[in-house]
Amino acid sequence: MSGALRNLVPVAVGVAVLVFWEWAVAYYQMPVYLLPAPSDIWKAFLSGLPELLSATWVTLRIVILAFVLALISGVGLAIIFSQSRIVEIALYPYAIVLQVTPIISIAPLIVIWIGYDHINTALLIMAWIVAFFPILANTNIGLRSADANLIDLFRLYGASRWQILTRLQLPTSLPYLLGALKVSGGLSLVGVIVAEFAAGTGNDTGIGWTLTEASHNLFIAKMFAALAILSVLGVSIFFLLSALEWALLRRWHDSAIARQK
Amino acid sequence: MMSLVSLHGVSKTFDNGTRALASVDLDVCEGEFLSLVGPSGCGKSTALRIIAGLIAPTTGTVQWPDDKPEIGFVFQEPTLMPWANAISNARLPLDLKHMPHDEGEARAQTALTRVGLAGFEKAFPRELSGGMKMRVSIARAIAAEPKLLLMDEPFAALDELTRQSLNDDLLKLAREDGITVIFVTHSVYESAYLSDRVVVMTPRPSRVQADIPLSPPANREASYRLTPQFSAAAGQISTALAQAMRDAA
Repeated sequence: MSGALRNLVPVAVGVAVLVFWEWAVAYYQMPVYLLPAPSDIWKAFLSGLPELLSATWVTLRIVILAFVLALISGVGLAIIFSQSRIVEIALYPYAIVLQVTPIISIAPLIVIWIGYDHINTALLIMAWIVAFFPILANTNIGLRSADANLIDLFRLYGASRWQILTRLQLPTSLPYLLGALKVSGGLSLVGVIVAEFAAGTGNDTGIGWTLTEASHNLFIAKMFAALAILSVLGVSIFFLLSALEWALLRRWHDSAIARQK
Repeated sequence: MMSLVSLHGVSKTFDNGTRALASVDLDVCEGEFLSLVGPSGCGKSTALRIIAGLIAPTTGTVQWPDDKPEIGFVFQEPTLMPWANAISNARLPLDLKHMPHDEGEARAQTALTRVGLAGFEKAFPRELSGGMKMRVSIARAIAAEPKLLLMDEPFAALDELTRQSLNDDLLKLAREDGITVIFVTHSVYESAYLSDRVVVMTPRPSRVQADIPLSPPANREASYRLTPQFSAAAGQISTALAQAMRDAA
């Protein structure tokens, strides 16, 4: 299948669905508080644009911050684990506990502790908890995956632990880390939105709150507009991180070879 | 000839109970090309790793009459860093020793040229053939100017033509730089072509079965493989190897 056709087919499917949707809503005279037509959603989007954009920016800022924190703490902890078996044995179980406990169940606790005055900090912590584990787990495995013979060679030439870490283990773990970033990027967004739902207050002005508020008021068209923005955000994060992965791996890693043909 | 390294009663039993080496006595002379030949899994690689200091022997000692020299190691796999191009791979030992970048670059460049890879400095490992990758691996070893080069079945995974051309290039490099080589192989013909001396090992737990001095012509080429002298050497090695297998059975 040619490149143009590959892009055209999904777009055509989307357009067809929208057209059918528009027609079906009119034909069955659906009330706008149950299922708005695409044209109603577009109108809601345009009329609410300043509010929607500022809400998106509030959410996005926390998403980016949580992602960066997850990256730093995940990689940092994985490096510490790789250097000290005893620290790994002591702490890894708790990292897992943090990961498997549903964030929605500890959200009220975090909100109470941090307080509604600093609700953005509470959102940040919750998103970080969700996003950081894949980075820790994957980098941890990546750092352990260095070629045993290469490690021997480094030792033979008198390499320090620092040299083995920076010149061998970290480059080896890069493909693992980049894979984890794609997961964690999406999870940061999910984390913030879930946290906003859980916080459930007007103090927060993110897109998650916009959704909650719109649903309470049965502004379904506005909900769809907010959902569309969230989808675009999620897809953008994914593509951005995929591009980063490709840029860093294309010269040497097997995963990038097929795309180069 | 001066002894470079000698093994006295070296044995190795791994943590899992595998007895790799029974008791090996071996004296390696400076400047010689020594091959260790034996059946697969007989502990030849273990002997190399003990000499390199990568693992400690269970009993026995490794003695260096002078100080322990610069050692190079070439594995059966090219063992390159896939994220680094050819020259960065060849520069690795120099980088690890904190050699200034320009000097390391120049030395790695010379090493790559000497193994016939001039023009491939910027190529990544996955862009190179199996034989070329092995050449990078050899360039990396000689860039550090080793006195002793340990090679663990380096050409076993290559096709016959590539292997023969690498054999000739290796002999030339070792002679020019006066490098002592300990070469592990399970190929009788390869050892007969390359070596000044062949040590035949028994199956595991391994000991020395036979120590066969050869005197191949200094400037040999492919046609040496057709001479009666070569056949006699190969015959001697294979007889000793067959004897080792029979004794073990």
